[in-house]
Amino acid sequence: MILSQSGQPINYYIQLMQRIRLLKDKIISKLMLLFTILSVSLVFIIGIGLYYKSIPVLQNSTWGHLLTSSVWKPLKGLFGFYPYIMGTLWVTGIAIIIALPLCVLTSLYIIEYAHPRVRRILMPFVNLLSGIPPVIFGVWGVLFIIPLIQDHIAPHFVEFSTGYSVLAGGIVLAVMIFPLIVSILNEVLRTMPQELKDASLALGATKWETIKKVILRKALPGIIAATVLAISRAFGETIAVLMVCGNNAVVPHSVFDAGYPLPALIANNYGDMMSIPLYDSALMFAALLLFIIILLFNIISRIILSRLERRMAA
Amino acid sequence: MRRRNLEELFFKFLMVLATLVVGGSFFLIVGTIFYKGAPYMTFDMLTKTPGGGFYIGKEGGILNAIIGSMYVAGGATILGLIISIPVAIYLNMYMDGKKFLSNTLRMVFDVLFGIPSIVYGAFGFLIMVYFGLRASLLGGIIAVTLLVIPILVRTLDEVIRTVPLELRDAALSLGSTRWETAKVVLRAIRPGIITAILISFGRAIGDVAAVLFTAGFSDNIPTSLHEPAATLPLAIFFQLGSPIEEVQGRGYASALILTIVVLIITILSELLVKKFYKHKS
Repeated sequence: MILSQSGQPINYYIQLMQRIRLLKDKIISKLMLLFTILSVSLVFIIGIGLYYKSIPVLQNSTWGHLLTSSVWKPLKGLFGFYPYIMGTLWVTGIAIIIALPLCVLTSLYIIEYAHPRVRRILMPFVNLLSGIPPVIFGVWGVLFIIPLIQDHIAPHFVEFSTGYSVLAGGIVLAVMIFPLIVSILNEVLRTMPQELKDASLALGATKWETIKKVILRKALPGIIAATVLAISRAFGETIAVLMVCGNNAVVPHSVFDAGYPLPALIANNYGDMMSIPLYDSALMFAALLLFIIILLFNIISRIILSRLERRMAA
Repeated sequence: MRRRNLEELFFKFLMVLATLVVGGSFFLIVGTIFYKGAPYMTFDMLTKTPGGGFYIGKEGGILNAIIGSMYVAGGATILGLIISIPVAIYLNMYMDGKKFLSNTLRMVFDVLFGIPSIVYGAFGFLIMVYFGLRASLLGGIIAVTLLVIPILVRTLDEVIRTVPLELRDAALSLGSTRWETAKVVLRAIRPGIITAILISFGRAIGDVAAVLFTAGFSDNIPTSLHEPAATLPLAIFFQLGSPIEEVQGRGYASALILTIVVLIITILSELLVKKFYKHKS
């Protein structure tokens, strides 16, 4: 029998090592599982935490009343979110109306028409755009978009505008969501089967007719998913919009009116919220609203996208 | 026939136009920031904390915000990595045969990634109130960590998936445990981890809505985790809100500093990704 230096049989020593290694693997795997569960459950913890904090204001009023009332008097305990919800919808709507056609056309051009070199040159800049912090978009909005609206766009339509408007918020947001939409659409368009295009072209359709009647129709789910994802991004954008859209708590009636989106409401009032009763609860309710809407939109678009991916893989 | 060709031409023209707008917007934004910020750039901006009359246009700089942002983004990225690396490994190496579950978990991280920073900020604030913390460097780091976890997990997950299966199989067949195999994989993806760090840091340094409630603001460089910390985006926001032209100008210069920092980080990570994938294929 071979003995190791300590006098124990080597077999025993190896077995012990084996056990330690397996034990180590087991402990680490349990630890990793714990981290995974903790970080995944963040979704639920955030939802529950925000809901728990919203209970006081919900007890004081109802969901329906909070969402449809326009009266905002924190000192009297009256919280009507309607103007803020409308502000958010206006800004997001304008952003999508501007960004979607531009991005669809851009993606079609770089995938279907242009030389691959165009994509290789263009996409890095689109990626760089997505890395620019929101506050920089805000500064750009103040320096470029506001004067543009005030001096060159608004005078054609209304008598007077400061430029700080839902239109400015929409334009800034549109530029912010360019990278998101373009990169998803590129992926979607690239997975379009070549045979489909060939069949259409062989039947005598022009390239544009093929795009209009075959590709766009086939890519529709992907375009919808990209749009839904872009909407949810636009919904939650805070600082850039806050800096340019005027923050006036009135329901906007034209694109040149100021608006006051929900995230801006939260960001602007955190300073006072601890001093007025129910105020913090109302702001947490606003965060809860954002959270729920964005969660739903995200889940919908992710499901559409993963289905598309699976169909393409099959 | 002519009408069809005209239509084709018209839409092609629109497409080129749209591409120019989308591609050009980057240059428009960076150009505007450079044009407005450069005249106000001074060496003092980078090397001095705000002096007595800084907010009425007198001497000082934004070193407090630069350092504060580095602390917050750095702290959050380190904490985030400690949590995300195990998660990414678990998703890829410990869930064999549970494809549906692991893909569902991936979707949850995608959804978490989509949640706006203002919600993370509000939630971070709730945590701080719960534990009785005041607005501080620690609070900011916690909120931003929550924000970067999904980014880190998804980036690391993508990177680990590029590791050839043979490498894992070889390690496993030599008798190593899953954890020992994971260590081999981690060594293989080192450039990928650096990319993830850069992406996370870039996102963390530019975010404002998450630190708004949680980090507070201070003219001093924080010396402990419990002191409030200024952050660069917030400094820009505050200076821009001033009616004094000189202070606004410094806001533009601060924006220029942040833009340059973020651009350098983004370009580095892009280059690294390119190199990494070239190496792999």
